[in-house]
Amino acid sequence: MSETPLVEFKDLVVRFKGDRTVHAINGLNLNLKPGEMLGLLGESGSGKSVTLKTLLRLLPPKRTDLEGSVKVLGTDVMSLSGRALAKYRGGDVSMVFQEPALALDPVYTIGDQIAEAVMRHKGISKLAAMDVALDMLTRVRIPSPERRLKNYPHEMSGGMRQRAMIALALACRPKLLLADEPTTALDATVQIQILLLLRELQKEFGMGVIFVTHDIGVAVEVSDRIAVMYAGNIVETGKTRDVIKNPRHPYTRGLLAANLHGAVKGSRLDAIPGSPPPLEEAPSNCSFAPRCSLARPECWKALPPRIDIGNGHEAACVLAAEAAVTA
Amino acid sequence: MTRQEDRGGPRQPLLIAKDLKRHFPIRSGLLNRQTATVHAVDGVSFDVKKGEVLGIVGESGCGKSTTARLMIGLIELDDGQIIFDGDVLGEDITLKELRRGVQMVFQDSYASLNPRLTILDSVAFGPKINGLEDPEGKARNLLKRVGLEPDRFAHRYPHELSGGQRQRVNIARALAMEPRLVILDEAVSALDKSVEAQVLNLLNELREEFGLTYIFISHDLNVVRYISDRVLVMYLGEVVEVGPAEAIYHNQAHPYTSSLFAAMPSMDPDNRTEEPPLAGDPPNPINPPSGCRFHTRCKFAESVCSAAKPKLSVIGGDETHLAACHMMDPASGHSQSFREAAE
Repeated sequence: MSETPLVEFKDLVVRFKGDRTVHAINGLNLNLKPGEMLGLLGESGSGKSVTLKTLLRLLPPKRTDLEGSVKVLGTDVMSLSGRALAKYRGGDVSMVFQEPALALDPVYTIGDQIAEAVMRHKGISKLAAMDVALDMLTRVRIPSPERRLKNYPHEMSGGMRQRAMIALALACRPKLLLADEPTTALDATVQIQILLLLRELQKEFGMGVIFVTHDIGVAVEVSDRIAVMYAGNIVETGKTRDVIKNPRHPYTRGLLAANLHGAVKGSRLDAIPGSPPPLEEAPSNCSFAPRCSLARPECWKALPPRIDIGNGHEAACVLAAEAAVTA
Repeated sequence: MTRQEDRGGPRQPLLIAKDLKRHFPIRSGLLNRQTATVHAVDGVSFDVKKGEVLGIVGESGCGKSTTARLMIGLIELDDGQIIFDGDVLGEDITLKELRRGVQMVFQDSYASLNPRLTILDSVAFGPKINGLEDPEGKARNLLKRVGLEPDRFAHRYPHELSGGQRQRVNIARALAMEPRLVILDEAVSALDKSVEAQVLNLLNELREEFGLTYIFISHDLNVVRYISDRVLVMYLGEVVEVGPAEAIYHNQAHPYTSSLFAAMPSMDPDNRTEEPPLAGDPPNPINPPSGCRFHTRCKFAESVCSAAKPKLSVIGGDETHLAACHMMDPASGHSQSFREAAE
């Protein structure tokens, strides 16, 4: 690939120190092309949110050990500090959170909050920034945007607040948007509206998006590519279609079965037994082996290899190379 | 004392909810006067047959959890009747007797356990204060049955368990009173998908083994379809549609039900959803719209919809499938009929 990747994680390791050590991310490698929408899929504790927070340097530095490198458009994120970091956060990369009611400031109007970000990053007057805010509210399809500019977050419904949050995140035209479960707190009929909105805006602005979710259906709905995380690493990645139609890692297959899409009523579900491992020690073998029905002796001996299945589809499993793994 | 006897016979529904109503006042100002009313549950009627699983679906604020709490008296009824196996609550049976037969499992597995009791004590608590024999032996058996080996787990505290394990404890505790009806209010919603599948398998096994009836409340339509025999769809405190699970999934009658299903992720990367089925958020239940409460978001809405409240009526020839929409009723004055609108 000649193109500079938008995001490049290389052997990222994140450890939290304290009363007990948590190995949150264990040697993660991931690339994102400009304008690509990546769905980062995983269960709680798999390291999805930590990955996003590393990208924005939001982890507490005193309690966190970081190894490896994170680059955004060739710039080493770890080396940023002071003004460069402030410019990077919100300017080049911004984030949408799960709970907009908590992420927005309750004592400022929506218009003021958007305008503040634009004034900081673009250095324009309040008046001009308010015009940008109005334009953004229109783009996220908030009805009667002039009136909504003067609203406080509590005066809006959940779906409306999430739209306002997206408007705020995109106001400075970031090249990369990080979305951390942005629709999990919303009702089903509102969730689909926000997903479709994000998909449209991503095309319109041509930005890269990392969309973190635990819901496989949501990931399929929005992403070009999917990366499945388990115990602090990516176990499978590939084009959405390839991962969904031809999953190679046993964990991905288990997740698809657990989604119950098309499950026969009353039939026994093919559930993955047990629960995710505690991350107190760095893994020295396949983290999924204790729950895997196909585990072999070599799975317990060493970390699984990353096997390239072609077309950018990779799985970290010794069995992935075999074409006819029983589904 | 053992499990309550079946009194009404197999044809008597296990539970009948008749015109349940609950409004919450909102007070504000210096004199704390009532300024508004939340119409949480407004005239909800349904029955639960013996041995079936009734799924209740709807978005937040539609009243599904309030309905569940009304059924076991955790919230008092403003109006309406609960009939358990032919016995009217408050006339033929007391609340305490009702709760012997009906137990509940809540969404938050941690908040619903006493943090200062070991899980064995939590499960044995109900049988103990009701004077049943050998409450601890019973609790150990139940813990074993839900997959928590008593020797390893019995003396742990809730914070020493994972979410999935805690929800298993809650299920064991609900079964300790040998209930006939278990209300599961978003009981698997907080669990990770892989753990959720394990708990669903367990619920299915227990139902067969103990001959239980479930009311299964969830916002996840895939889960409800998997576990339910019949499904009840609620919108802003009212029932909009009820019918056999497969009919609700394949042949939705009410425009709200069809929109709810159309909003489900497609799970097909080649055939993604292109248009959101509904615009805007659900209205606030404080001042629900007049007439049909869905008319503000319905693409088929006409003047009759805001003027008159539609009644639940039978669709086609299927006596078990009902919906509350003016398009079902040729005499309502709505210009479209259900079949035309469906095409």
